This record gives sequence, structure tokens and C-alpha cells, in this order.
Amino acid sequence: MSALQPPAQRIWWNQPVERAELMWIGIALVWCLIMFFMMPFWHVFGNQNYSGEAYRTTPEQFSAKVEEMVEQYTVRHETARNYPVVQPPAGSDIYLLARLWEWYPILELKAGETYRLNMSSMDWQHGLSIQPININSQVLPGYQKVLTITPTEPGEYALVCNEYCGVLHHAMLGKIYVTE
Amino acid sequence: MSDQFRICPRSGLALHKPAETLIKANAVAAVVFLLVGGALGLLVALTRWPAVQILGPETFYQALTGHGVVTLLVWVIFFEVAVLYFCSSVLLRCRLATPKIGWVAFALMMIGAATTAVAILQGGSSVMFTSYVPMPAAPHFYLGLILFAVGALLACFIFLGTLVIAKEEKTYEGSLPLVTFGALTAAIIAIFTIASGAVILVPTFLWSIGYISEIDPLMYRVIWWAMGHSSQQINVAAMVSVWYAIAALVFGAKPLSEKVSRGAFLLYILFICIASAHHLLVDPGLGTEWKIFNTSYAMYLAVLASMIHGLTVPGAIEVAQREKGLDNGLFEWLRKAPWGNPIFSGMFISLVGFGFLGGISGVVMGAEQINFLIHNTIYVPGHFHGTVALGTTLAFMAITYWLVPVLFRREIFLPKLAQWQPYLFGIGTALSAFFMMGAGTVGVSRRHWDMAFAGSAVEWDYPGVAYTMMALNGVSAVIAVLGGAAFVIVIVGTILFGKKIEEPSEYKAAQPSVLARPQDTGGHGNVGVAGFTAPGTFVLALVLLVVFVVYYFINYGYLATVWHFS
Repeated sequence: MSALQPPAQRIWWNQPVERAELMWIGIALVWCLIMFFMMPFWHVFGNQNYSGEAYRTTPEQFSAKVEEMVEQYTVRHETARNYPVVQPPAGSDIYLLARLWEWYPILELKAGETYRLNMSSMDWQHGLSIQPININSQVLPGYQKVLTITPTEPGEYALVCNEYCGVLHHAMLGKIYVTE
Repeated sequence: MSDQFRICPRSGLALHKPAETLIKANAVAAVVFLLVGGALGLLVALTRWPAVQILGPETFYQALTGHGVVTLLVWVIFFEVAVLYFCSSVLLRCRLATPKIGWVAFALMMIGAATTAVAILQGGSSVMFTSYVPMPAAPHFYLGLILFAVGALLACFIFLGTLVIAKEEKTYEGSLPLVTFGALTAAIIAIFTIASGAVILVPTFLWSIGYISEIDPLMYRVIWWAMGHSSQQINVAAMVSVWYAIAALVFGAKPLSEKVSRGAFLLYILFICIASAHHLLVDPGLGTEWKIFNTSYAMYLAVLASMIHGLTVPGAIEVAQREKGLDNGLFEWLRKAPWGNPIFSGMFISLVGFGFLGGISGVVMGAEQINFLIHNTIYVPGHFHGTVALGTTLAFMAITYWLVPVLFRREIFLPKLAQWQPYLFGIGTALSAFFMMGAGTVGVSRRHWDMAFAGSAVEWDYPGVAYTMMALNGVSAVIAVLGGAAFVIVIVGTILFGKKIEEPSEYKAAQPSVLARPQDTGGHGNVGVAGFTAPGTFVLALVLLVVFVVYYFINYGYLATVWHFS
């Protein structure tokens, strides 16, 4: 009688179950249920969630919103590409645009304030990876994703693209400043 | 009909000639593709080693696309087709259904793999294994995948057909053996996988030739992952079947109880495929309830299944060893196991590695919120090298050491090298998976040519420890590739130069004897400690659980310290 042969009993269902198996199934099932309920628990009591808020958009609609924000709230320009650094008011809708191969614009936020971060892609799929806190998300073309964020610590944060987007993918790097 | 069977003089298994030839062809094709995939993997790892960076960006993304397609799809599926034919025709002592269609399936898979390979080599299809739209690949990239999948689907039907014949012609008594039951699980998941693949790849192919104007990127992701992740669940089911088979072949181990092991396979069929949702946890446009239910494989019932197999496979080995007299203490059965036999050592390293590295990391990163810390970092390839390379690939290597002498009637070539091979490959792959997870934990991105961001307008540096981890990953990958090369040398060497096995085994045009139900010996003898027949395994399982629980909450603990978002 081995796993390569048919079960010894014609009705194998009647074969008794080992004690270790029963105990292990019980323990493992409890752990599985704890892990399951941890996710809704964190939605209620945790501070790091994504509600799923998203809208249909087009590259034209979305870039118009971005330009509107850039025109109103740009405070200076940075880097060789002259990226605008935008300081939008706390509580407002802020926009981050992903395209080959840049994040646009640079955002300057206040620690402890809450913003509605709108993201979309102009072309292919991109991945938003905020470093060094290592929070990662997905940005798709045609979808405007809204993540309500509250940066807690002041500092300079890098936006790495972590969804492969072509040959200069590795050079797609953006920035968020968080000030006191 | 000139059905021809021979009886393997060592194992007593009945080999149907057309099945035997098909198993050989598929297994050899698999090993050849493993060689290609491994070589590409070496190039990828050496490029991601910052001080080496052997390839430029274009060739790197080309090699990475090739590595993904060849190893995640072509190598494992060719081998799984061999496993399916083996578990039906050979184990059930039955003729294989429609061997001619088996050759059509083989040809389609070959042509498909070659077509996609050509597309990748031509350079216009460096879109990664996932080929997310709207990034385009050449039409024949998708066409090759479709042809390959059609071939694999035919093979699944041949497997099912053979089960029908075996039942009809009463080649076995009672119910299917557990290993065949596991293979049936793999085949059912494979059919679901291939159907999902057709639903998304056929329209994508039509889009690539201009017949369809647009493929929605979110829809693509939802359906593609029903194929992309489920295809890895075929591997899990096939790998677990191979574990049970090796436990039976090396130790004569019998399942602790048929009901539990079969029930666990049933849980795979019911729940494992929905888990592809864990690739979509940060996608816009999908509801929270949908994400939570699906990422948890319906309250983790498929994880429960893997945890059960994690106990019952080594548990069966422990009982078999104790019944042979190795009944002292908790771990005598394990200490005195045949560690020099690559069939056993490969299987056991695969089991432990899959559980501790691949399994724990996979479930933890699939928790909806922990996924924020891991999504698309190099932690993800770290995880699936723990499952597919360390788990599935090593288990398949282990059973190959048993399969090749049976099929090719030759002794293993360079047995000393074969003895070392599972350790070389296993330790190299385990370390590589571990360092990738470490680098991912500090934020290093997957599918990324240069972690120093050469040519970017914005400046930013990963911490030094990230560079160290990626270098250590490179070193570990070299060890793993040496282990993989040793496997190919031993297997190809055995087929070409192995000493011929002298014991006669003639083909006869007769039906072999029926696969009989064994005598019911009732229970597992008077072995074990404190009423447990497998106490050592139970302790090991508890160790796994403690590591699992601690690691899970460490991740939530870290997550609680970062920015707030909702």
C-alpha cells in the first residue's frame, strides 16, 4: 500500500484519520482564519489601506488636470529637465502623471496633512514605488486612481517606477518632498 | 493494434511503448528548455549584480522575457506533460489514449515555444512574461504562446482519456492511486488555466495584428493572471504529487490517511485558482471585498491544503522509517534518511524550501495590506524562485533521477555528481531567493536594469545593504546555475553514455497484470511517541507555523509605522 497504488480499503473514506493530522488541520485552519480576518480588521483599525477609489479617464483629461495644478501651485523648478515643484494646499486633489519615462511633476507636501493623490498613466503601465518607505502601487492608463495619503515624516522621497515600461524604465525616477 | 508493454524489472511498473516514447520526448524537451532558461537566468542575475551588470538594458529585458517564458511556462509544462502520461499510463498499467495526438500535442508545444522564442530573439517583444498591454509585442509572440497552450491542452485531454480507458478496461482495482489523483488535480487546474489564457491571449493576438482596436489594461490583468498564477498552481499540484511519489518509491511510504491527502487536493481544485487576485491588490477599479476573498483563496482554504501536504508527505516518510526500526526519539528517522540519494535529498530540500521560503513569503505578501510593501519589488521573484525553482524544479529534478534509468534503461552517469547536485542547486536557489526577498524588503524593484538609475534627471540612492544583497544574489545564482548545469550533465550523460542495464525487459503484445489493491494492513503499526505516529514531523510543522506567524506580524508591524493612506 503506497501512494502509487490504489487505496487498500475499497471505501477509503472510512479509513481513520491520524491524530497528528486532525490536530494540525485544526491549528492550521485557525491560523488561516486569523490571517483572513486580519485584512478587514486592518481596513477598520489600520492606517494603511487602499479603498479602491478609481475613475475612468483619458490621457487628455488627466493631463489637463495636472497642468491646472502645475499652473496654480508651482513654487520653483528643479533638475536638468526643469521639473516644476508644486506645493498644493493641504486637503486638495493632487495629481501625479506617469509617462515614458518620468513622474510629473515634483510634489511638495506638508507632513501630517492629508491629500487626495490622483494617479494615471499617459501610455503604458507603470508602478509607483515610494522610497525609502517602500510603499508600492500600480498605475494604469485609462484609470485615475485616488489614494488619500497623509505623509507622516518630513524628508525627500523617491518615486521609482517598478512596473517594466521599456528600455529606459530604469531611468524613470520622480520625487516628493515632505516638509514640516 | 500492436499494443506493446514491458515490465520494468526493478520497479515492476508496466510501460506502454507509445507512452514511454512520449514521456521520454517530453522530458528530454523539458530538460533542454531548462538548460536554456537557466542560462538566461544566469545572465539576468549577473546583470542585476551591480558591480557586474553584464548586459545592456535592451538585451537584459530580452533575456528576462526569455527567462520568464522558458522557465515558468515551457520547462515546467513539458515536464508536467511527461508527469501526466506517467501518472496515467504507467501507474495505472494502461495503454495511453491516442498516442498520435500526443505527438501532435508535442509538435504544437515545440512549434509554439520556438515561435515565441524567435519573437523574443528578434528583439521587438521584450514585454516580459506578463506582456501587459498596451505595451505591444510582435504578433507571433502571442501566437507562439497560444500554440503552446493548445498543445498542452491536448496533452491534458490525453491524460483524461487514459483515465477513462483504465476505468473502462479495468486495469486497476478500486480508486485511483493518490499520485494519479494529484496529477488529475494538476490537469484540472491546467485546463482552467489554458482556458483563461485563451480568453486573454487570443484577443491580444488579434489586437497585435490590428483587428481589435483596444484591450483594456485592467481587464487584461484580471484575466491574464487567471492564467499566469494558475499556471503556477499546476506546478504546485504536480510537485506535491511528485513528493508523494518519491516518498513511496524511496521509502514505500503510504499516505497517513487517504481522506486527508485527497481532501487537500480537492481544496486546490476548488480554491487555488482564485488566488490570482493577489497580483491585483493595488489595481484601481476592483472592490475591496473581491480582493480580500480572492487573495485569501477563500479564507485561505488552499493554503490550508498546502499546510496539510506539508505535514502528510514527511509524516508518511516518518512512519515508513519508524516501521523499519528507526523509531527512536523525534528525529532518528530523518537523521538516518538516505541523504546521499539525490531522489530523496532533492525531494526533501524541495519540500522544506517550498514551505519555509516560497510558501510563507507567498502567503504573507498576498495579504492585502502587506502587499503594499512588496508589490513589484524584487521580493516577488524571490518568492517564486522559492516555489517554482526551489520547490517545483528541484522536485522534478529529483524524480528525473528515478525516471531516467527506468525509461532509458541506463545507470545514472557520474553518480557522485548526482549526489551533490540537489545540494548545489537547492542551496544556491534558496540563498538567491532569500537575498532577493531581502533586497525587495529594502525597496529594490523587480524587472529593473539599473538600481543606480543611470541617466535619470532625479537623483536617489538605495541604501548600501540593497547593493550587498543584490551582489549576494548574484553569487547565489551562480551556485544555483552550477547545480542546474550538473543536473543537465548527469541526465544527458546518462541518456547518451550511461551503463546499459542488463536485466531483460522485453516488449510483449499483451495486457499487463491488473494494478491490484494492496492488502489492508490496518493502521500504521505500533510506532511513534505519545500516541503520535509521526511526532517529529508534527514538531517540524509547528516550527514552520511559528516562523510563519512571527514573520506575518512583523510585516504588519512595519506597515503601521509608514505614511497613512486609504
